[in-house]
Amino acid sequence: MGFRTIGARVERSEDPRLLTGHGEYVDDIHLPGMLYACFVRSSFGHAKVGRIDASAALEMPGVHAVFTAADLPASMRKTRIPMYLPNPALKVMLNPYPLAFDEVCFVGEAVAVVIADNRYIAEDAAQMVDVDYEPLSAASDCREAVKGGAATAHAALPDNKAAVYKVGYGDVNAAFASAAHVYREDFWQHRGCAHPMECRGVLADYDKRANLLTVWSATQAPHICKRTLADLLGRNPEEIRVIAPDVGGGFGPKLIFYQEEAVIPAVAELLGRPVKWVEDRREHFLTTTQERDQYWSVEIALDEGGKLKGVRGSMLHDNGAYTPWGIVMPYISSTTVPGPYVLPTYELNVTIAYTNKVPTTPVRGAGRPQAVFAMERLMDRAAREMNIDPAELRRRNLIQPEQMPYKVGLTFRDGKPVIYDSGDYPATLEMALQLSDYANFPQRQKAALEKGRHIGIGMGAYVEGTGLGPFEGVTVRVMENGKIYVSSGAASQGQGHKTMFQQIVAEELSVKMEDVVVTIGDTTAIALGTGTFASRITPNAAPSAMLASRDVKAQALRLAARILEVNEDELQLVDSRVEVKGGNRPGLSLADLAKRSLGMPGFSFAPGQTPGLQNTTYFTPPQAAYCNGMHIVEVEVDILTGGVTILNYAVAHDSGNLINPLIVDGQIQGGVAHGIGNALLEWMAYDENAQPQTTNFADYLLPMTTDVPKIVSGHIETPSPLNPLGVKGAGEGGTIPAAAAIIAAVENALQPYGVHIAETPITPERIIEMLHQSPAYDPMKSVGL
Amino acid sequence: MSETRQITVTVNGTAHTAEVEPRTTLADFLRHQLELTGTHLGCEHGVCGACTILFDGYSTRACLMLAVQTDGHAITTVEGLAGKDGTLAPIQAAFQKHHGLQCGFCTPGMLMTLTELLRDQPNATEEEVRDVLSGNLCRCTGYSGIVDAAMEVLAQQRGKGA
Repeated sequence: MGFRTIGARVERSEDPRLLTGHGEYVDDIHLPGMLYACFVRSSFGHAKVGRIDASAALEMPGVHAVFTAADLPASMRKTRIPMYLPNPALKVMLNPYPLAFDEVCFVGEAVAVVIADNRYIAEDAAQMVDVDYEPLSAASDCREAVKGGAATAHAALPDNKAAVYKVGYGDVNAAFASAAHVYREDFWQHRGCAHPMECRGVLADYDKRANLLTVWSATQAPHICKRTLADLLGRNPEEIRVIAPDVGGGFGPKLIFYQEEAVIPAVAELLGRPVKWVEDRREHFLTTTQERDQYWSVEIALDEGGKLKGVRGSMLHDNGAYTPWGIVMPYISSTTVPGPYVLPTYELNVTIAYTNKVPTTPVRGAGRPQAVFAMERLMDRAAREMNIDPAELRRRNLIQPEQMPYKVGLTFRDGKPVIYDSGDYPATLEMALQLSDYANFPQRQKAALEKGRHIGIGMGAYVEGTGLGPFEGVTVRVMENGKIYVSSGAASQGQGHKTMFQQIVAEELSVKMEDVVVTIGDTTAIALGTGTFASRITPNAAPSAMLASRDVKAQALRLAARILEVNEDELQLVDSRVEVKGGNRPGLSLADLAKRSLGMPGFSFAPGQTPGLQNTTYFTPPQAAYCNGMHIVEVEVDILTGGVTILNYAVAHDSGNLINPLIVDGQIQGGVAHGIGNALLEWMAYDENAQPQTTNFADYLLPMTTDVPKIVSGHIETPSPLNPLGVKGAGEGGTIPAAAAIIAAVENALQPYGVHIAETPITPERIIEMLHQSPAYDPMKSVGL
Repeated sequence: MSETRQITVTVNGTAHTAEVEPRTTLADFLRHQLELTGTHLGCEHGVCGACTILFDGYSTRACLMLAVQTDGHAITTVEGLAGKDGTLAPIQAAFQKHHGLQCGFCTPGMLMTLTELLRDQPNATEEEVRDVLSGNLCRCTGYSGIVDAAMEVLAQQRGKGA
């Protein structure tokens, strides 16, 4: 066969099922005798919980039970959900209880669950559960929350400072003291929610006879879900099976273990019936983790020639009420700032504040968009003040390819030093400049302005640590019919992992892609797993698949050599068969070999022979693989309405070798769409009592077809030396610099009015507000009146 | 159990007579009573479009319609698009070719909206396609594969018609 499938633009094998309505998401599974759950949730940002009276609900026809914390198994009644990401800066690791019983700390925190014949009845009955709340003062705005005497988000905590830490390197103060230019900026950065189109959902079924608890969850991390559940239920992990069936998008928050994932399995076991809970969109707004607010106060120092001398400042992060993913996300923000630049000194003082809002955890980009926004907006400010073209200022400061591997001087969130493993940043910049026809933009802008049109250009560069460990394993086994079985913990939420595995295994074992049968997202399919987040699956699981396949191939050749009585080097594996090179002796099919590999009942193996043709490899990357990219955006701003239209969006992107360009392009296009939302649309609003104000898609706007243009993208493939495929992650690069570049472009378009933008998102209303502050802005004149 | 009404509705060409509660939405009826789970619920307030079906041929939000309202009418869902032998409809095949889907959750609604467009606006421009699709949210793809798929099928249709 010899057809190269790795690197080919291959259509996805996942698609036909999904296109014909035959996918199976959690809510599509109907089990006999299944009951439905609806949670009773706090309507206060912060309150003491008193008596819960479920008597009226229990009287309703079709209601089977109402559970409060006291009704849960003893092992989880007063046990906080465990979390596995300690950090020395994090004083207390605080996670919710499966059901809150004494205090609720955000609107939507679950206090009870109603189980009924169907969801309609369950929702009716949940309204009838009477909970006595004693409202407490809430911490809402994180800037207020960290002041002395502010209301605390948790009654038992002395203040709202979850963590205070400093990152940096070099003598930053000396660098600033000797700098020719210093500029300071204050940024408010808001990122909204992930909003996968499928909300969360959990279905659990306890089989008493088998003593097996099966849980279907719309999760990104079935193995973490299993491990957490085992801890909470005090159950042997192998008595729990977690399945992530088709999952309708993730983008970060579905990797968290939530209250509902603890409660639904527990009540299914107690009731002896399958129980399903499917989140509705309003609940998703209230209870699924978000990113939200960061306040940056930073300054940049440069020398006479525009070379960077240092960046210093502080950052305040709105963490929300709990720390289910530790402080990973703000930590990533603080270590992403240097980006692709030679930055000799750096210091950032970070404060992470508890507030009475749903927790913040990584959403696509995981804190990096904010860091890139801070750094790139500082670069733009310096370029403007020093009258240097923004591209030129960047060019002067880029790390050069010969400086790779480049040690930044920081410790990354994987505990390893930030060492950029590979990349050609000047090549990335030049490609983006070409793709965006940057050189001719001044003429375009001048011509547009003459016609009264305001167009602008902006750029954003980033470096992203992808492919974080510890591992994601793959089992490869030749089945007795000659087809290949592949299993992995690499659950998919739409990224096309099955196709990726088929591409790698088909090429390595010289079989057809359709003869590679893949199971992912099921904890029984492979013993150990981590999960899908941090753009980590391709750099972790693809090498596992490749190495496992190579081992299986070696086993097949070894066995064939023994059977055919030839040397292994005289054999080759082609088209699912092992053949003797250059002869006409009959070879053996993989099916024959798989059968022979099992031996005969009662007979011993030859010395050195192992059962089956199979291998499980857990590839463990030594550190993050760093991808990079540059986005250049051209926009038009309507100065009468504040509307922003994206005219051209160019992406130069280096995520190492590509397994499937079709999928990588899709990741970039989709990632940019998220960034457009962050820059121009998405705002999750809370009032002063931490009451959510935007809880539907009419108040909270997602990008539509009319907001997202087709991205013009180019790939640079600098192989990562850290894994045998030379791959890096590609899931988040589309989002990371998007807001920085778009806001820069809007600012550039509004140059005639001296508008300076230091915030995201920037809505039409806000643009008009800013324009009105300019003496040059005369809306009537602009329409010729 | 509340009082039920009997309805007869044709779904993908097959007539179904069923007892439904008056408050059961069309989406829940399709998904839970007929077990046609291809119609997805993304917001249940009529914005995301994942639940779009064709009601007597016209795109409709199944989350905003009650099952009782469909008595005597014809519904087409995503399960009704491919051939009986499983051959993908041109728009479905074009989605696969252009990577017009990732997680697949919004896809049924996209396909139903486009099925109507391909029939009623055979000369649609890209701008018109984008305008029509603005009632369907996708969080994965950034839409361009979806738009490319629609444009390709429109061109194919015109090629055949000419």
